[in-house]
Amino acid sequence: MTVNRRTPGKRLRSFLRDWSLPRQMRGESHKGAAARSSASEQLRPRLEEADKVGTSICPYCAVGCAQLFYAKEGQLIHVEGDPRSPINQGTLCPKGAATFSLISNPDRLTKVKYRRPHGTEWEEVPLDWAMDRIAHLTKKTRDETFVETLPDGTQVNHTLSVASLGGATLDNEENYLIKKVFSGGLGMVWIENQARV
Amino acid sequence: MAQWDLANADAVLVMGSNMAENHPIAFRFVMQAKEKGAVVMHADPRFTRTSALSDIHAPIRAGSDIAFLGGIIRYILENDLVFKEYAVRYANLATIIDENFIEAARNEGLFSGWNEEKHSYDFDTWQYQGMVIPSALAEHYLDTAESYSEMTKRLHEGPPPDDPTLQHPNCVYQILKRQYADYTPEMVERVTGCPKETFLKVAEALARNSGPDRTAAICYAVGWTHHTTGVQMIRAAAIVQTLLGNIGRPGGGILALRGHTSIQGSTDIPTLYNMLPGYLPQPNAFKPQARHFDQFLDDETIPTGWWHNFPKYITSLLRAWYGDSVGPENEWGYQWLPKIVGDHSQLAMTLAIDDGLIKGMFLLGQNPVIGGSNSKLVERGLGRLDWLVVRDTDEIESANFWRKGHLVQSAERRPEDIGTEIFLMPGELAGEKAGTFTNTHRLIQWHDRVVEGPGDSRSELWFVYHLAKRLKALYANSELERDRPIRNLTLDYRAEGPREEPRADDVLREINGYTWPEKKQVASFKELKADGSTACGCWLYSGVYPEDDDNRARSRIPDGPDGPGTHLGWAFAWPANRRTLYNRASADPDGKPWSERKRLVWWDEAEGKWQSPDEIDFEPEKPPHYRPDWDKKPEGMDALGGDEPFIMMPDGRSQIFSPSGLKDGPLPTHYEPVQSPVRNPLHAQQDSPVAKKWAREDNPLHALGDPRFPHVLTTYRLTEHHSGGTPTRGVPHTAELQPEGFAEIPPELARQIGVRNLDWIVLSTPRGEVETRALVTERLKPFEIDGRHIFQVGMPWHFGWEGYATGDIANVLTAVVGDANSSMHENKALTCDVRAGRIRRSRHRR
Repeated sequence: MTVNRRTPGKRLRSFLRDWSLPRQMRGESHKGAAARSSASEQLRPRLEEADKVGTSICPYCAVGCAQLFYAKEGQLIHVEGDPRSPINQGTLCPKGAATFSLISNPDRLTKVKYRRPHGTEWEEVPLDWAMDRIAHLTKKTRDETFVETLPDGTQVNHTLSVASLGGATLDNEENYLIKKVFSGGLGMVWIENQARV
Repeated sequence: MAQWDLANADAVLVMGSNMAENHPIAFRFVMQAKEKGAVVMHADPRFTRTSALSDIHAPIRAGSDIAFLGGIIRYILENDLVFKEYAVRYANLATIIDENFIEAARNEGLFSGWNEEKHSYDFDTWQYQGMVIPSALAEHYLDTAESYSEMTKRLHEGPPPDDPTLQHPNCVYQILKRQYADYTPEMVERVTGCPKETFLKVAEALARNSGPDRTAAICYAVGWTHHTTGVQMIRAAAIVQTLLGNIGRPGGGILALRGHTSIQGSTDIPTLYNMLPGYLPQPNAFKPQARHFDQFLDDETIPTGWWHNFPKYITSLLRAWYGDSVGPENEWGYQWLPKIVGDHSQLAMTLAIDDGLIKGMFLLGQNPVIGGSNSKLVERGLGRLDWLVVRDTDEIESANFWRKGHLVQSAERRPEDIGTEIFLMPGELAGEKAGTFTNTHRLIQWHDRVVEGPGDSRSELWFVYHLAKRLKALYANSELERDRPIRNLTLDYRAEGPREEPRADDVLREINGYTWPEKKQVASFKELKADGSTACGCWLYSGVYPEDDDNRARSRIPDGPDGPGTHLGWAFAWPANRRTLYNRASADPDGKPWSERKRLVWWDEAEGKWQSPDEIDFEPEKPPHYRPDWDKKPEGMDALGGDEPFIMMPDGRSQIFSPSGLKDGPLPTHYEPVQSPVRNPLHAQQDSPVAKKWAREDNPLHALGDPRFPHVLTTYRLTEHHSGGTPTRGVPHTAELQPEGFAEIPPELARQIGVRNLDWIVLSTPRGEVETRALVTERLKPFEIDGRHIFQVGMPWHFGWEGYATGDIANVLTAVVGDANSSMHENKALTCDVRAGRIRRSRHRR
């Protein structure tokens, strides 16, 4: 660090020359040169550090605002509205503007929690174990309740005892696979999402 | 209509929506229209920011929308403001209806065909004279004679009977005049509470801003759908817009403002019980014709119009799902599709869980303890399941009800009493997974995978794919016929990386469709075949991935400032990238734009084709003067003339009068909400005769005029929170902006019960009670209805016990009642009591 050897008066005048506010008060535009100072000259955009940028869509309502996601070394560093989008032209509403906080929220779940029947606490379990157990329960309930024909002989090939709820927050591809596997594969009929609520 | 097209409107009516607060970015286009001189109007029970930015705010009692819109229909008819050339040629205004049809207005509020024994309508008298008109596919009704498909075959024989002079007593025009004769401005004021002068301003502005040179738009949201008459509210808007010639034209139309990022996509590719992808019907066990595939095809294929292509779409879907294991020898696997046996919607599901019919459940990004009607009933049901898988980003109320819920807090149950085995699994968000969302104007937009989700969080694609893999392994050795569907289900997606994440683009390629077995992408649904040579997951999305390396959903090329503004290079809109549906209607019957100002599509005689800056929603080379040759019994599109733009309809015309598909009438008529403090001023029938009520001990409804519940209650949303609150109540930025639940009450009511702003109040209904803070505000005006003061109370429904922003759950108050057509609930209009004070509660156990 260089030591300022000038007199206090010189330092004050230098500071006042550098400080942007007096220039702005004199009527110079705060959007132009009058916003500059020696501190601002050294600022660099955070996005410059990003090693990856992707296109995304706001996860809240159905307006479909486009967003840009910036990441550095596998960590999200910034989310902003995509200025190219004819829908939002770079803008976001209070929810959309909180997308970064939503994704980076330290309170998010990161482990599978399991509550055994009549249990009084959550237990942490491995993902693989949970997947095996869920597959087992799905098969068990399906097999115990599957109906091939009604008494009049009509083929129905369904189970009325397994349900799935949700989909409006998910990708089209996910909805497709849910319907395909649960309905077309397993014969579930109770498949619904937020479209009616 | 595309949201940005709102900027081209000359008038915008926002109704059933608080657009400025709940769809603020879309509302920019309304403001752009206003800057260009458009009149902006808001009809709503509450004065909100939308009202503040509008030229006119029409206050109406919650649930009275059909009276208001019916009044507009009458105003248009009585003042001869119909855009006649449009409505006579492009809609069924001149069509002659069965001579035995009787309007609800002349029959105590019931249309002809009411069958008291079945407690439903017979639809025979709603038909066009001498012919049966089927509805769009997924809405085909059950109760028809065996010969239904035979009857619809008459569509081949000639056009529907009509009287273009509009004089025939049973033409739709004359029926409309009779049905809405009583909806005078005075009656509108009496039913809705809106001063008739204000109502007339809205009607006048809509009509004045419609016609060849001008167009008006209507925007709605769940303020219309959340009623037992919600479908008919939207129908009423469609009638207004058709009479005024505002469909398929720039700046005209009806925009549904939907609430979740891919709620449109999850309806198109439905995680819904009654449809298969692309609005194909899920087979119903109670339809005799659904027993075999050939009969199913015969019955469900509409002889005329675009839906004639149905066999291509369903066969390609079955090929996509079951691959080479199906063919003509086993009905293409049709019998493997589970048949529905009734209403399996969320409301019915709520009761089926509580009754123990449903034993296992997946909750995939939904929080029904907050968002479901009659929340305590929902909670009680979840505690009766054998097992429950909850996949979300946070520990939501629907996952931890067993330790923090109402039943435990009120000591009705202890956690030890609840036997449900629960898995709470972390899910991934957009940006952590790749895929597409479909927005509220049908735009399919891709999002990239930029980072990985934290820890064990996975996409739903990963979850369902790996669950299916495990189930396939468990069933691998089964010889049972019933296990063949899961064994044969195709699952040919590449899985990548250490997490073995299935590739969303592979799934999207299948949704788009390809040839079989070569797997060459099809460019559009026009290439799909009914012979098994194509596979397609959702015909409506064909074209989104037309080449193996061409993902149109990821296209990001907007029009420049001087461009046409259709933005065809920005993502992909279904169907076939068309931005304005039925845009043939933007040209007159001869193919010329109705006016230069509203030019979108026109016939180019020299080239022999239609031209437009949009994709044409019509046969590209069918001339405007084409007429079907009825002697040849034309099929499909050959049966529609070159001046019939509504190609999904069997007669190519917009249905002002809807002969099929609706369970509660071919025209809207005003019914009171199921829970209303007011007797229906229009006719003897109080509420919708076919409303789904599910009245039972744990879902009680009170009788009309019950003095215990004198006020109107409406629930609503806030800018800063999202639906069930999971993605906002736990996020510091949004939680800080709206930190706590409240209810809005008018000052007159506050004085009556002795509370001031921010005091505690208790809201109660027959289902339960909640306590919250009073926000005393003049935004909710009391109404004078038949000499009585009616107070309205509003409560946001986002809150719950998790996160930073907490509050009592509004849906504790609501009932499981639904629209007969859609099974949507009525949480926008019910009744309640309000008193000062708090609820005595036992302490949290833990």
